[in-house]
Amino acid sequence: MTPRTRFGLVLLLAPVVLWLLAFQVIPLGLVLAVSLSTRGRYGGIVWEWGLHNYVRFLDPLYLGILADSLIVAGITTIVALAIGYPFAYYVASRPPQWRNILLLLVVIPFWTNMLIRTYAWAMILRANGFLNNLLIGLGLIDEPLQILYTQSAAVLGLTYVLLPFMILPLYAAIEKLDHRLVQAAQDLGASSWHVLRQVILPLTMPGVIAGSIMVFVPALALFFVTDLLGGARSLLIGNLIHRQFTQARDWPFGAASSVVLTLVSLVLIFVYVRFFSPKDDEEWI
Amino acid sequence: MKRLAGRLLGIHSALVLLFLYAPILVLIIFSFNTSRLNVEWEGFTFDWYSELLQDRQILRSLQNSLVVACVSTLVSTVLGTMTAFALARHRFRGKRLLEAVLYIPIILPEIVMGISLLAFFSTVGMRLGLTTISIAHITFSTAFVALVVRARLHGFDRTLERAAADLGAGAWTTFRRITLPLIWPGILAGAVIAFTLSLDDVIITFFTSGPGSTTLSLYVFSMVRLGVSPKVNALSTSILLVTFVLVAIVARTTGRPGGGRPRSF
Repeated sequence: MTPRTRFGLVLLLAPVVLWLLAFQVIPLGLVLAVSLSTRGRYGGIVWEWGLHNYVRFLDPLYLGILADSLIVAGITTIVALAIGYPFAYYVASRPPQWRNILLLLVVIPFWTNMLIRTYAWAMILRANGFLNNLLIGLGLIDEPLQILYTQSAAVLGLTYVLLPFMILPLYAAIEKLDHRLVQAAQDLGASSWHVLRQVILPLTMPGVIAGSIMVFVPALALFFVTDLLGGARSLLIGNLIHRQFTQARDWPFGAASSVVLTLVSLVLIFVYVRFFSPKDDEEWI
Repeated sequence: MKRLAGRLLGIHSALVLLFLYAPILVLIIFSFNTSRLNVEWEGFTFDWYSELLQDRQILRSLQNSLVVACVSTLVSTVLGTMTAFALARHRFRGKRLLEAVLYIPIILPEIVMGISLLAFFSTVGMRLGLTTISIAHITFSTAFVALVVRARLHGFDRTLERAAADLGAGAWTTFRRITLPLIWPGILAGAVIAFTLSLDDVIITFFTSGPGSTTLSLYVFSMVRLGVSPKVNALSTSILLVTFVLVAIVARTTGRPGGGRPRSF
């Protein structure tokens, strides 16, 4: 590297390195420090170190919340994948100008704030809301169904706000798919199911992995969605952390819960990537 | 058999779009409803739109949201593009580490970033307000911009730059006339993502805001328990309308929707 390019590289990197250090590395270190501290009598932080906040998390109550969160986020991911994959496949199979329009249609809802769209779902799902009125009008039910404030409503809301994060990486992977490989498999007599299972899915696995991670991780902690749609019945880890920083004013325990959340999601991402990455398929191509 | 599968895929996709737009349609419909509560349809009115224009608080929150979105888009686009260049074109010690730290916001639950910044700002004694919200948004947007621009740089044909240099163009001219136009769609896409994420964000904004810095999402957040005013519906409808008009104009001028300028080489 010549001194000149070296100087250029330093200029290029200095701003971002300083920025990340100040607003990402130090703050996250601080969370770790706070999680080891003690709550003061009036809600402040007392720097008496210990693992007590983590010990407190081992209470079945909190472990139960963590387990519920993992289940809800897991179901959300599976539902989003099941809905998103065929959609992304359809988009990728359209002519290019149609693809752009369809992708744009997926992104436009983002321009209405996530919270407002979640609130609109509450309007749709509540007892005298759109959906129940429609079902009664069609004569399918007599009494309004209790949909709002159930775990299913929470999953619906999470799937809704996160679906584009599943569709976009899936689309990117499917679009790159070499259709000659699909044709080759068909010519060799593979059934549709086999083509899907042994050619299309393995080749688009990077998109499946990226999309799943981008849905699963946020789903663990979108506290306002579960608050608005799941009601009191769905207290997830995001809600728990949120409450420690607002009502309970217990920052150390909130910080410890966040560290647990971070570790659990990192471990799951690692396992998921290991398990689902196509192993020898790349060499094969 | 193949026909049928294609048909089913088409129907499925139409239903997905219906799902994505259902709450937005409901918002639009109720923005014209006479009732103060977003519950039952009572009659048609434009009142909420005229009341919206008189409501200082809600317009202020919109202004705050837009200021944060513009500032964070500008800074994160520059920062992210610089980072993408460094990562795509240079080898250096600690590259792996930089990448790992850079992409943290993409794989970390938002709430963790939110509380970490809250803890940081309160420790260093920074007053929570539009500045802290902007800093937070820049931090997560930079990661996304870098990711998108880097993808664009990945397929970049560097012989074009060398050709320009051979023909006597200086480093700056080469960058401005060759490199920038070629990666412009990537930068633009990054900027659009940054702007969108900023407008859409709730959680990180929640933790990094203070009194007097109410953005639109926080304004709605404060109303959610008691019922959101139809003025918010009217505002959302207006924003959507403006978005559609802007998208239509961009589509017209670039010739195709969503695409940047065509590669002219």
